[in-house]
Amino acid sequence: MARVVLVGNLKQFTGGIAEFDLEAATVRQLFQRLAERYPALGPHLEEGIAVAIDGAIHQDAWLEPIGAASEVHLLPQIGGG
Amino acid sequence: MAEATTAPAKRKLKWVGKRAPRPDGVDKVTGRAKFGADLFMSGQLVGKVLRSTLPHARIKSIDISKALALPGVKAIVTRDDFQDMASEFVPAGEMMINYKDVVRNIMAREKVLYEGHPVAAVAATNAAVARQALKLIKVEYEVLPHVIDVDEAMKPGAPLLHEDMITQGVEPAPTKPSNVAKRVQFAVGDIEAGFKKADVIVEREYHTQPVHQGYIEPHACIASVSEDGQADLWVTTQGHYVVRAHCARLLGWDISKLRVTASEIGGGFGGKTVVYLEPVALALAKKAQRPVKMVMTREEVFRASGPAPGAWVKVKIGATKDGRITAAEATMAYQAGAFQGSPVQMGCMCAFAPYDLENVKTVGFDVVTNRPKVAAYRAPGAPISEYAVECALDELADQLKIDPLDLRLKNAAKEGTRAVYGPKFGPIGMVETLEAAKNHAHYTAKLGPNQGRGVASGFWFNIGGETCASINVNEDGTVSLIIGTPDIGGSRASHAQMTAESLGIDLSKVRTIIADTSMLGYTFLTGGSRATFAGGMAANQAAGDVIKQLCSRAAKIWEIPEDAVAYEDGFVKPAGANAGKFPALSIADIAKKAGKTGGPIVGHAQINAQGAGPSLGTHIVDVEVDKETGRVSVLRYTVIQDAGKAVHPSYVEGQFQGGAVQGIGWALSEEYIYGADGRMQNAGFLDYRMPVASDVPMIDTVIVEVPNPRHPYGVRGIGETPIVPPMAAIANAIGHALGTRLYELPMSPPKVLKAIGQNEAKGQGRGH
Amino acid sequence: MSKHHVTTTINGDPVEYLCEVEQTLLDVLRDDLLMTGSKEGCASGDCGACSVTIDGRLVCSCLVLGVEAEGRRIETIEGMAKGDALHPLQQKFLDHAALQCGVCTPGFLVAAKSLLERNPNPTETEARYWLAGNLCRCTGYDKIIRAVLDAAAEMRRS
Ligand code: FES
Ligand code: FES
Repeated sequence: MARVVLVGNLKQFTGGIAEFDLEAATVRQLFQRLAERYPALGPHLEEGIAVAIDGAIHQDAWLEPIGAASEVHLLPQIGGG
Repeated sequence: MAEATTAPAKRKLKWVGKRAPRPDGVDKVTGRAKFGADLFMSGQLVGKVLRSTLPHARIKSIDISKALALPGVKAIVTRDDFQDMASEFVPAGEMMINYKDVVRNIMAREKVLYEGHPVAAVAATNAAVARQALKLIKVEYEVLPHVIDVDEAMKPGAPLLHEDMITQGVEPAPTKPSNVAKRVQFAVGDIEAGFKKADVIVEREYHTQPVHQGYIEPHACIASVSEDGQADLWVTTQGHYVVRAHCARLLGWDISKLRVTASEIGGGFGGKTVVYLEPVALALAKKAQRPVKMVMTREEVFRASGPAPGAWVKVKIGATKDGRITAAEATMAYQAGAFQGSPVQMGCMCAFAPYDLENVKTVGFDVVTNRPKVAAYRAPGAPISEYAVECALDELADQLKIDPLDLRLKNAAKEGTRAVYGPKFGPIGMVETLEAAKNHAHYTAKLGPNQGRGVASGFWFNIGGETCASINVNEDGTVSLIIGTPDIGGSRASHAQMTAESLGIDLSKVRTIIADTSMLGYTFLTGGSRATFAGGMAANQAAGDVIKQLCSRAAKIWEIPEDAVAYEDGFVKPAGANAGKFPALSIADIAKKAGKTGGPIVGHAQINAQGAGPSLGTHIVDVEVDKETGRVSVLRYTVIQDAGKAVHPSYVEGQFQGGAVQGIGWALSEEYIYGADGRMQNAGFLDYRMPVASDVPMIDTVIVEVPNPRHPYGVRGIGETPIVPPMAAIANAIGHALGTRLYELPMSPPKVLKAIGQNEAKGQGRGH
Repeated sequence: MSKHHVTTTINGDPVEYLCEVEQTLLDVLRDDLLMTGSKEGCASGDCGACSVTIDGRLVCSCLVLGVEAEGRRIETIEGMAKGDALHPLQQKFLDHAALQCGVCTPGFLVAAKSLLERNPNPTETEARYWLAGNLCRCTGYDKIIRAVLDAAAEMRRS
């Protein structure tokens, strides 16, 4: 099971829970399971989220695999000038 | 798809890392290169925008009848020509944008929200007629009270820009609207406990002013729409695919109808990632059925395009006697301008990012004011919060009597450090840049009277994103690389270098072309320091695709299995025991026969580049303060930054130097000055003072290379970070020169004089 | 409004044009003669992107009226290379990577050429002050100054 950490304001949509374990093989699955568990979070996963898997930041990468023992951080999407 | 290269460190590089000639160079030194305003179309009209002179007012009516009747006027558009759009956030260059706001920013609807806000636009046969027509448009306003300052805007009872704005990110949600769009918070550890462990605590408040990106080329475009709705747009932009997406959306057109071509671009620094004139020019062109050219004046650029926000930042840092930071906290409010969406979130994430800290908390507020909507400016959000943190750290070092670089080294983030925004870092170069700074001759050079030295570090994430590349192998074996990121400072050269390297051919055989939006798949903009990183990744994959095809053609010609051939330095050779003996075939040999072996050879890659590596930097600066006038002179400046791998060292140095000098302007002379009437008083280069050649010394550079393991050549992206450290480095240098510190940017002569006065009154002047 | 007839010389070629009295020389060059090498960064004499010389004197063409070109000798960036030979300044700008976006480059080249005609051996400080009328936002000026000093050295040698 991956360790999932919500960074920044996202935990407002999970009743304040910022860290938990979740079974997910890909980012897409992670998003689906998160939305099932925390329906209020669902819409916020559609756009504007970056996913760090074991430290490496991914943006818009639904198909990125998540390892069984991975640490996954959900953070705001990063832009630039 | 095959990767053309193995890990960066394992190969001897022939082109990557060379100071190669730049393909667009000759055009740019001869005046031949075509920038945004340099294209002319037959029958073109001139488009001009009527802008609000009021900072805040309700629009009661707009009467265009007199203007329309003026001979030579071919079309006028107002709010009625743009469909209103529902609130919908989408990722844009810098951060999320809301189309409901974008449609209001390109053309005011219910209200004008800043001086310079477009109210109508005219297309006429020449500029004089267009200007005359603007004067004939009658707009009736109900004037509303305005608010320019971020502190004022946050106070209860401040004039409201958006009557329905409820602060997000606050639990429970406020019941009353305010100018605070959002509160964001990032926290790890327990800061209360951390501060209890501290022997020394520094707590300070800092203020910064908005600064403009200052690109020398104003926004410009030319639009043409045919009777059947097929449209062409030529525009100076950092991302023509992004322009296409926004314009099609705002106008309700199919994306395929609109072809956007990126002109040469005369600077952007983040400011050319959004749309202003473009949808208006297209709407005018459609109405007039003639091409419409629009070019902003410099004054319009200042009044109506996005600066970086002004802000206040409170910082509190605690440390033990030996310099280990036990807790760090920052609270900041950033001006968003007229619509929400300041980069305060990035500011919060970057504030303490260069450090390995257990207990950190950052809180940010996104605040609307009656100013133009902010836009990205190099490392959006980071320079402001990191300025405050790096200044506070310097005071901490002074109080602890620890060398400021040693203090940073003691707390520096490294590979495996958990970033304050959550994830663990891969390999990063913070320690390396600090050590390079310590070992640099600059750091120990002697200082004279009234002189001081300052250092500061900086962090930026860097990004990847959607990117396409095609490589056409021409009949003679030369190749054309087609790429979708506008070249803002030499990226065509670096992309060609990486392609030549990946294909093992001579650089002179590669020509890079920037595609228009119909030639290549969606490619995100040049920004976030991604062009060389992501474009290089895509080009390398496309090269891998080419190599695969070359191998397959050779195998077919030789009638041997595909796995019995190998590719090396531009040649396909038989390989392995049973391959047989054939003379190696060059790309040219195979290209010549391409038609006979299955058709042209074209390699392609479409990726969403991941794995961008953060770039860290440390700057050293010496200043001298003239105690009579308060003028600060920058005497010596050194930029040290981790590039991962410098593909073209000259352009990497150039990014370092340019960023540093923009930072010198931010630190010492640049600011938006508003009158009580809510109007900007310095909307020109004479009064908005950017550094000129005589203001600055040579900028020394040190390129540190800690390769990014996720990139075929180790590239990180380097464009953003150089603007992060200068403000703090200079503030710290001034602090050491004067023995007293300034907490407000820009540190212009009046403020410096005031600080000197206060200092002398206290009788604590101290040389260094 | 009737237009004024102007006879002038641009980069050695005789040129005639009609212009409005309020049109700047920069407008005429760019919009009427389609010589877009001179750039408009400000139209107020503050950025130098529009630099040209009139009878050998360096000016901001955005501050000169089109009619003022009558009987004068105008030199623009388009006249700087001779045939396929770049001017040493142009070559040195390329060698030193003295341009990033390149929009300021024509103005810097015209201004630097004018400097070297007056002072073939400028110090760094002299070059910096002469070029202080030209804004560059990309490079931080370092490589531009190096290119100018290097071109000066080369031109002195030949
Ligand atoms: S356009 Fe003439 S000086 Fe700027
Ligand atoms: S190179 Fe861009 S302004 Fe000078």
